[in-house]
Parts: sequence; structure tokens; C-alpha cells
Amino acid sequence: MARGLCRTAAGSLLLAALAACQTSRAVQQQDAVAPGFDPAVVRRGGELAILGNCISCHTARDGKPYAGGLAMNTPVGTLYSTNITPDSETGIGRWTEEDFFRAMEEGLAPGGRHLYPAFPYDHFTHVAADDLHALYAFFMTREPVHAPPRDNRLAFPFSMRGLLAGWNMLFLHETPWQPDPAQSDQWNRGAYLAEGLAHCGACHTPRNMFLAEERSRPYAGGEIEGWDAPPLEGTLAAASPWSEDQLFEYLRRGGDDAHGSAAGPMQPVTRNLAQAPEADVRAIAVYFASLMRTRSTTGRESSRSEPPAADVDAREAGGMDAGAALFNGACAECHGVNSPRTLAGRPLLGATTSIHADSPRNAIQIVLHGIRPEQGQRGAYMPPFDATLSDSQVAAVLSYVRSHFGGGAGWRDLEGEVGRIRSGR
Amino acid sequence: MISLNVNDAAHEVDVDAATPLLYVLRDHLALNGAKFGCGLGQCGACTVMVDGRAVFSCVAPVGALQGRAIRTVEGLGTAEKPGAVQRAFIEEQAAQCGYCMAGMIMRAQALLEQRADPSDAEIRDAMDPSLCRCGTQMRILRAVRRAAGYLTAAAGGTSQRASR
Amino acid sequence: MSGPDLHRRRFLAAGGGLMVFFALPVRPAFAQEKASGPPLPGSLKESPYLDSWIRVDARGTITVFTGKAELGQGVKTAFIQVAAEELNVAPAAITLVTADTSRTANEGFTAGSHSMQDSATAIRAAAAQVRGLLLRGAAERLGVPAEQLVARDGIISAASGARTGYGEVAAALQLHVESAPSPALKDPASYVVVGKPLPRVDIPAKATGGPAYVQDLRLPQMVHGRAVRPPGYGARLLDVDAAAVERLPGVMKVIRDGSYLGVIAEREYQAVVAMRALAAAAKWEEKTALPDSAQLASLLQRLPTEDQVDLDQQGNGATAARSASARYTKPYLMHGSIGPSCAVALMNDEGLTVWTHSQGVFPLRKALAGLLGVAQERLRCIHVEGSGCYGHNGADDVAADAALLARAMPGRPVRVQWMRDQEHMWEPYGSAMVSEVRASQDASGAIVAWQYDVWSNTHTQRPVAPGLLLQASQLAKPVPVPPPKPIPMPEGDGDRNSLPLYKFPRTKVVYHFVPEMPVRVSALRSLGAYHNVFSIESFMDELAALAEADPVEFRLRHLEDPRARDVVQAAAGRFGWPQWKRSRPGQGRGFAFARYKNLGAYCAIALEADVDRDTGRISLGRVVAAVDSGQAVNPDGIKNQIEGAIVQSASWTLRESVAFDRRRITSRDWASYPILRFSDAPQSVEVEIIDRPGQPFLGTGEAGQGPTAAAIANAVASARGVRLRDLPLSPPRVRQALA
Repeated sequence: MARGLCRTAAGSLLLAALAACQTSRAVQQQDAVAPGFDPAVVRRGGELAILGNCISCHTARDGKPYAGGLAMNTPVGTLYSTNITPDSETGIGRWTEEDFFRAMEEGLAPGGRHLYPAFPYDHFTHVAADDLHALYAFFMTREPVHAPPRDNRLAFPFSMRGLLAGWNMLFLHETPWQPDPAQSDQWNRGAYLAEGLAHCGACHTPRNMFLAEERSRPYAGGEIEGWDAPPLEGTLAAASPWSEDQLFEYLRRGGDDAHGSAAGPMQPVTRNLAQAPEADVRAIAVYFASLMRTRSTTGRESSRSEPPAADVDAREAGGMDAGAALFNGACAECHGVNSPRTLAGRPLLGATTSIHADSPRNAIQIVLHGIRPEQGQRGAYMPPFDATLSDSQVAAVLSYVRSHFGGGAGWRDLEGEVGRIRSGR
Repeated sequence: MISLNVNDAAHEVDVDAATPLLYVLRDHLALNGAKFGCGLGQCGACTVMVDGRAVFSCVAPVGALQGRAIRTVEGLGTAEKPGAVQRAFIEEQAAQCGYCMAGMIMRAQALLEQRADPSDAEIRDAMDPSLCRCGTQMRILRAVRRAAGYLTAAAGGTSQRASR
Repeated sequence: MSGPDLHRRRFLAAGGGLMVFFALPVRPAFAQEKASGPPLPGSLKESPYLDSWIRVDARGTITVFTGKAELGQGVKTAFIQVAAEELNVAPAAITLVTADTSRTANEGFTAGSHSMQDSATAIRAAAAQVRGLLLRGAAERLGVPAEQLVARDGIISAASGARTGYGEVAAALQLHVESAPSPALKDPASYVVVGKPLPRVDIPAKATGGPAYVQDLRLPQMVHGRAVRPPGYGARLLDVDAAAVERLPGVMKVIRDGSYLGVIAEREYQAVVAMRALAAAAKWEEKTALPDSAQLASLLQRLPTEDQVDLDQQGNGATAARSASARYTKPYLMHGSIGPSCAVALMNDEGLTVWTHSQGVFPLRKALAGLLGVAQERLRCIHVEGSGCYGHNGADDVAADAALLARAMPGRPVRVQWMRDQEHMWEPYGSAMVSEVRASQDASGAIVAWQYDVWSNTHTQRPVAPGLLLQASQLAKPVPVPPPKPIPMPEGDGDRNSLPLYKFPRTKVVYHFVPEMPVRVSALRSLGAYHNVFSIESFMDELAALAEADPVEFRLRHLEDPRARDVVQAAAGRFGWPQWKRSRPGQGRGFAFARYKNLGAYCAIALEADVDRDTGRISLGRVVAAVDSGQAVNPDGIKNQIEGAIVQSASWTLRESVAFDRRRITSRDWASYPILRFSDAPQSVEVEIIDRPGQPFLGTGEAGQGPTAAAIANAVASARGVRLRDLPLSPPRVRQALA
């Protein structure tokens, strides 16, 4: 982590140099915006906001929708999301449509202040003008909430917004979106959404030392808040390949039987996509299914495309090693071969992405913190085990699961990883 | 043999290491407090404390708990001499069927040992993993608030929060 | 007394020191019902002898018997209060014995909010007469006229100082006498115990780990059983290879009888592991037995019905200026008892004893006798508390599991605990329902005609016959299943509370009873009242809006019953209804009222709610209820029941519906059937009681559910201007309505 910080610091110096060459455009701040939006346009904007998952970042834990205040831990410090309700003092109530466009396309707030690319304007820059207009109409018709923004806690020099001018010069590509004529309309729709509003690459693409996405390795996998965002271009070591239908179900329902549940930062995404227009979610599924096919799994674990038939529930066999005993008592009522869920058709753990992954990080997160569905909704529910199991016990049970359910070669330094994740390092 | 420390007493139980703590507490140690509600870590009726934290005993294999401090509601007090949290629940009559109550008391105890003067929102949040089907939530929340006051007073302080 | 000993003495020895066994209801010839005389109070009608209710032994120990069961609703405490009051003793001096086929009167089921009306009324009357008999006996002993004697705290004394004890007098007394029809009761103005919020007698043990539930029963030599349920309704067991299971640690026996499968093991966890392995080893033939859950409401209205006209009152009225109609729907709802059902059974030479949390030990005994093919006299069912059941849940079926497994292992008590998925999938649910309302209003907005139609399955399949137990259709020799029947009015089942308490010139109510049951159903707290009150009170608000009238004032316009009016005004007043203003956009208020069954407690509810446009979430703010339960025996008990009803109904209304695919119920745990958690509980709940000293007791446990649902829907309309008529009022539905 420290190493990453140093690299980023070095990058900042470079950006500072670039920034010195770049003059930010001063922007006139205009007064009150014209009301009276077409309800159909507002509705459309609402659908797009769901696809963009705006609410997840722009709403604090117990806060009002879109009123900002959510803390985001980045490698360079803590940022707080802004209030994008139309409150005239603390929100965007006084933004014109041009102001909104500029923020979305260039990462500039009225007055020329740079926005941090934690707000993924490097993706929103691809959103078509019609859609931006609808989004503007939607946000301007939300209930205004008076919620002053919280001060970011970024270490120097990252706190200097001016550096972002340089960053934009290098990494902001304001090219308008172009469909690929060789692909179907549905594929192009999915691509437009994924690259733009849905900003999937913001998590799923690795970042360089400037914390910008590596354009040469799109969707090769990324990291966010202690979780791994798996690769989406086909290098994923999955127990079974993803079909379009499975991807659609995963995005819509928050999980699919063949691969497991969305967890961690992916949960808010799927919760939103559950409400998005079905055709759009399907289009995104089509797009990524095709990306995954372009580079099929190269024999990595593909010899174990099915988990071995565990014909004896570990609990029945009895008298096994510590990991088995822990699994039996802590996990088997839901995940065992004889559990009601398994008998009703849910696949065993070997099928899940987190057990198959090269890094145990997601599996550790899930075991420590569990999975909770959206309050009051049906969905995956797993209790947390951080108070029950020690680091070595989490390692033992995960080791057991990985080997017993056909997940692959043992994870290295598992106990150390558990300790690091538990303490948030 | 599995060695367990329950309510400051040492026990040796002849069970498989995989056995969830709930079954050992109830069937081997004849402790009634922790209850079977789901066996899945979803309802909290089985909640006990392990090393000061609230834990679902139905998914806690005893093999993982050797050498750790396990506390159940029986360790907090008796009907004749209830502990502070128990007293608060009894005084608020925070029960209808009462099946969830022991788990609620343990979860509240764990909260109050971590956080002496929680806000109402913090109490709701901390108690969320425990279900009550009878609809006694309002009384339970009042009981936790009352217990916070008792524990603060016992520690010599006064609560900063207005009690309702 | 330590744990295991206490169990043994309390539970086994209960059979020991008995005085009278209650066998089949054999009436001595001289106890023929006096058809011509006035009826005896409460359950004394069926059990007229005083010693069925009150015993005083030579030491002065007072034992009160009730055929009702403590379900967590606080009746044990209330009964003790009532008896203590009439006998002039402290509540601690009373020992209460609840439903036991060998010891108590047969009061049928503890259901329908009848406990106070039936049992407390009987206990009060019996206790009053016992006091009178004690005074007369003491008068003889002491040579002082009875009117000059005072009975208090176990002593009967004269002004002169002469005294004798209850016990001494009782030793010479015959309490096996029939009750008088109208015994003299204490003046409510002199009540010392009744009307006081006496702390519940059962709570201290529950808070400190004392044995309290059937789940806590530990009998010597007890073993553990588990049943294996089929994957879905009507599935048939084709084959099961039990050999591997029989070799598992601790397994004593695998039982198979037709499609019925069970396993017994020494230790509980061993039984769980063995049961899961047995389930995996079983092969079933399943049927596509379930309908399309998305078409449930229209299905209910298409199935054949048996129609009954519950009310057809065609008065003359003003001409209609306009009419309106609406349709309301409700899904299947689950009891979802937090502790899955449990029972212990022991078969030995004397017969079969079953410890059960069934709501009706006498009917259960009859059903078990039929299922097992034994005589009723050889069966004893003893009620021991379970977790809240809220109606007919798995309690009776697990008792049958315990009986079947105990029969396979005579001499050993067998404890059977249902697992979470078993309780969720196999309990009988509260029926889905559809209602259609149509009303006409005159020019002033007053309602001049009202037509209400409701479609529902039965709300009772309690095991009054062996065929209604779950196992009946699974055994090799199946037991015939009796056809479902509705409960007749004035109680009703699907039509419970379908008759509005309001007075309209023309009112017609039709119950379309649907005998065909796609999904297993039975009684869930308040039965049809939840949906009928939801519908009626939602529609009253819709009509009020059409009349541009205030919802509370509109109701009062049509409400004549003075106690109903009082409760409406009390709730509105305490809430601050007339002067209420929303404090933020998206906030609304809702009001609703009902008298449970038009016979029970009166309840009015006013509440505030916020409706979030973007998430569709409904957040409950301040909830205010007013309730009239007649003579309030334990005011805190009443408050507790109403608070609980409000929160439970909020969960049903905002969250719940049983999910199923074409083959199986898919609501198998709390993840797949979420209920309200702390974070969604209302901001606050206040309950105001209107006490009516001297009025009959009115059961309160089911009075709050219907009004809560309607009040929430009415608040949504107030907050956002949309009317939601399909339960539950889930976030996706709210968002859709607002889109």
C-alpha cells in the first residue's frame, strides 16, 4: 500500500508539471435553472440514473437519496461524495444544463473547480447528449436536501485539485461514443452503457500509477475497497463459463446459481440493475458475454469444470481435519452436500467465482463479513464469521473449501491475508 | 474432548469438534438461554457472547471456541438477581412470547460493553441481526436504552442522551 | 432446584398428585344442561363444576385451572389477576395450571381472542363463588354470620378476632358443585389487582435462562428425532437407501411408513446430521402441484366457490350521486414462528403422553388417537409454551411426528424439533384473499349503498380430525382428509370482519368460499379480518377523498356505536389529527378503525409515514393507537398486544408474501421470506387504553392487525397521492405506482 502511494506521489509531480502548462477554463456560474421538464424525459433520466448507479455513491449510509456524504476510501485518502439534489445552497440547484454537461464530460464544476475522478467522468464523457439531458431533468426534479458537503481528507499533494488538469490531459478521452458496425444493436447498446453510464471499467479495469484505468488492459480485473473486481475479458478462472443468461441473471437478481452471489461493492450495482429496464441489463450481459468469449479460459482449472462429486457430506464422514470440522459446523447447513438448499438445486461452493479465484481476497471478505440482502428484500444472506473464527480458522475452512470443492491449488499465505483483510490493510 | 469456558466455568464435553455451540450449550450443559431459531445465522435467537462479541452459536463449531470466553444469559444473572440488561428487559416487560429475548439480551450486552452510550440509531443498527416475530421491537429498544443507563450509572457516569 | 431435576418434577410429576382425571367428556346424569335456564358465564357453560376451575387444598394452596394456553399473549398473568382479585389473595398465592387433557377443562382452542371472554370470565365467576363458599363454610366453623366475615390473603376473620384459614375451611368443603348462572362478583370500583399492570409471571425466567418452553424440556433417557419432509406437496417417496444413515454416529433407528420418513438419534446434533443425510438419500416423485404465483388473485376468483350471503340489508336511502369500486388483494402469509415447532412424546404401558405447544390439547388428543389408532383415554396432551404461534402453525404436526417416532421407540421420550426450512415450508399459511368493494354516495358524500365481496380459502384446518394432520396423507395407510369448511358467522373466517361496523342504508356482503386449496392453509392471527379491514378501511378513505371529507370525520359520520366513536376520537385526538401538517415532502398520515369480529376489542390507529420516491421504501414514523378491551385486566398486557400487532402487521403489510414456483414453496428461510427488522420498526408506538370497568372482557390479540394495514395504505395515499391495493406494499410496487 505504501509502495502504491509513493508511485502515485511520483505521478502527481508529473501531473503538477503538466498542470502548469494547462490553463483551466474559467466558467461562468449562472443563476436559477428553468423548471418544467417533460415527465417522460424525467422518467428516462431516472432509468439512466439507475444504470449509472448514481444513488450508491451519492447517498450516505443513513442519508437522504442523492444528498451525498458517502465516504470513499481511496489509495490517496478519503473522499466524500457530493450533494446532487437540486438544493440551491449545498446541492446542484443552481447548475444550468451546460454546467451539468461539463461536469459529466470534463469533470469540471461551475467555477472551473476540478472534480476528482472517483466521480467517473472519464466514463460519463461517452454518454450521449440526449441521455445527459434526461439525467439533468431527473436530478433537477429530485427533492432538494440541505446537506453541506463534507471536507475530503486527502494527503498532500493529492488535495490539490489543480493536478487534475494534468490528469485529464493524459487520461480523459472525450471521444464521442461510436457503435461497432460489425456488432448487433443489442451488443452496441450494452457496450455504450458499460463504457459510459455503467462505468464498469472503473472497478474492473486495472489502474496505473496515476490511478487512471489502463486502457491497454480493459476489464483485466481491478481492486476496490479491499475486494477484487474480477476480470471480465475471459481470463477469469471460473468453474464454468458465463453464458448471456447467467450474466443477465447475475446482474438482475444479484447472483446466479452457477457462479454465486454478488457481494461487497458489487451488491449496490446489482441492486440497482434489478430496477433498470430489462432490455438494458440484457444488453450489458450480451456485451460482456461476448468479451468473455474472445479469450476463453486457457485450461486454467477448466479441467475441473464441475466440482468433484462430493458424494459424502463431510459431516457424515466425521473425524476429519480441523478445516472439515469447521466447515461442518459453521457452513454445512447452507453449503453442505446434504443441505436443503443444495438438495433444492443450488450448486456447491466449488462453482463460485470467489472460491475459484487466484486471490482469496473476496472469499475472505465474504466469510468475515457475510452477505446481507437489501433491507426487507429477498436475497442471498450469509452471516458474518469475524467474531466466531480466528484468522487461522478462517484460513483452515477456506483451505478446506478450496480443496474439497475443486477450487484449485492452495492459496498462499492464507492466514496472513485473512489478518490483513480483517484489519483493513 | 473439547474444553470450553462458559460463564467462567470450565467444561469438558465429549462431542465432535464440528458440533455447533448451540447444541452443546442446550443439550450437554443444560443451558436454556440460547435457542434454536433457524440454525442458519439468520435470526439471532441463539446469540451468545464470545470474547465480548455477539456470535450466532448455531453456526459456531465448538472446535473453534476452545480457550475463548463464552458467555450466555445465565452468566449475566438469575431471576432473583438479574444483571443490568436483564433487569431492564424485565422492567420494560420487553417480551411477548419471549423466545427471542435471551438472544436480544446478549446482543445488547455486547453492544453496551463496546459502546456505553449508544444513540437510538446505533442501538437499532446493532440489534438488527436479531429478529422478533411478535413485534416487541419498541419495548426491546426501550429496554436497551434503559440498560445503557443502568450500566453507565454503575460505572459512575450519567448518560448524555435523553431517555424516553 | 437445578435444571434437570426441576424439569422432571415439573413435567413428569404433573401426573402424580392428581385428584381428578378429565377423561372423555362424560357428563353425570344430573348435570344435564339446563336448556331453559340462563347460560353460565364463559366456559362454565361447557364445564360447570367449580372444581374444574378452582381448587383449594387443606394447606390453603390455591390452584386455578384453565383449558387455555399461554401463547405469549400474557393470559396466564391475566387469569391469575382475575382469580386473585375475587379470592382476595395476592397473585403470588395462585398456582395456575394450563391446558392439560388430564387436569383441566376442555376449552377447545386458545384462538380467536377468546381467552379473556371465555376462560377469564369463567375463572372470575368460579373464584367469586369459591370465595362465597369459603365464607359460608367459615361462618359455620366460627359461628359468625358470613356477612360479618372478611376473607383476605388466606385468612377468614371476624371483627371479634376469631379466624380460620382458607385451607381449614376448604378441607371440609365440596367444590364439585355446579356454578350459579349469575354469581355476585366484586365491584370493579374495589379492584386491587385487576386493572393493574401486573408484571408478567413468566418473563423473569425467560430473561435468565430458566426453563420455559417445550423446547427446553429435558426428560430422563430422552432421545432426539427428526422428520424428513418431502420436497413439495404431494411428493411420493419412491426409495430411500437408509443403510448408510443407520451407521451414522448416534443413530438409533430410521423410520419409514409409506412416504413418511424419520430418524431417531441419541444426541440432537447427531439427529440433525442424520436427518440431512436421510433427506439426501431419499428419492421422490414430485408433482407440479402449485399454481402460477403471479396469477394468484385471478385464480382465486376463477376457482369454484360456495357463496354465502352474510348480510343483505336493503333499506331505503338517498339517491346515489356517484359510485366507486375497488379491488384489494393479499398473498399467502406465513406465521413464521421464531422458534420452529417442537414436541416431546413418550409411549409406555400407560399410553402416550405428548408435551406440545398446540393451541388445542383436547382436539389434538382426538386427532392423534385417530392417526395412531389408539383410544383417546390412553393419550394425554399437556400444553407447554412454545414460541409465538400466531395461529395454527406446525405445533400439531410436530406433535404427530413426536407421537409417530415415540411409538417406534417405546419407553424413551422422543423430542422432535422442526428445522427452519420445515417450519417455513410446511406450516399452513394464512390464505390469499381478494375483495371487491362497490359503494354509492349521495350528493353530500354520505354512503348510501355498500356491496362487499370477498374470495378466500378456509382459515381453519385445525386438526379436529386426524386427516388434517400433515402426516395423514403420507402414511402407508393414508387417513382420509375431510373437506374444508368455513367458520360460520358471527365469527367467520375468510369473512371475519367483512361486515362493516358503519351504518349504511343498503349493505350487502357476500363470502365466496373457495374450497380448493392450492397451498396448505389454516388460521393465521385475525384470519380474514386482516384483509377485510384493510379493504374496508382503505375504501372508506377512498370514498372520503371523493367526498372531499376528512377521513376521521367521514368515519364518524357513519359510525353509531358509541364505544367505536370513542376509540376513533381518542386515537385522532392523541395523534393530533385535526392540526397535523406534513413536515416534509413525501410524508403522509393514515387512519383506520375496526372492532375485531364486530364482537371483540375496538381499535383505532393513526400514523405517520414517509414514502421515498426513489427507493419506494415506506418508513413508519409515529404510530398512535386507541383500544377498548372492556374491563381491562392487565393494561400493560393490552398495550403489549396492540404494539405487537402493529409491528407484526407492518411486517406483513410492507414485506411479506409466501413465494413458490410450480413445484415447491420457495420461502424456506428468513432470506427468502424477509420480515421486519429493527431498522424498519416504526419511530414510536403509543397505545391509549379506554378502560370500561364492569364491561365484559374483550380479547385484544387480533384487534390491531387490520387497522394497521389500512392506516399504512392510507398514509401512502396521503404522502404521494397513489392508492395501493395489493399487499404487500413492497418497494417495487411503490416505485411502480409512483413512476
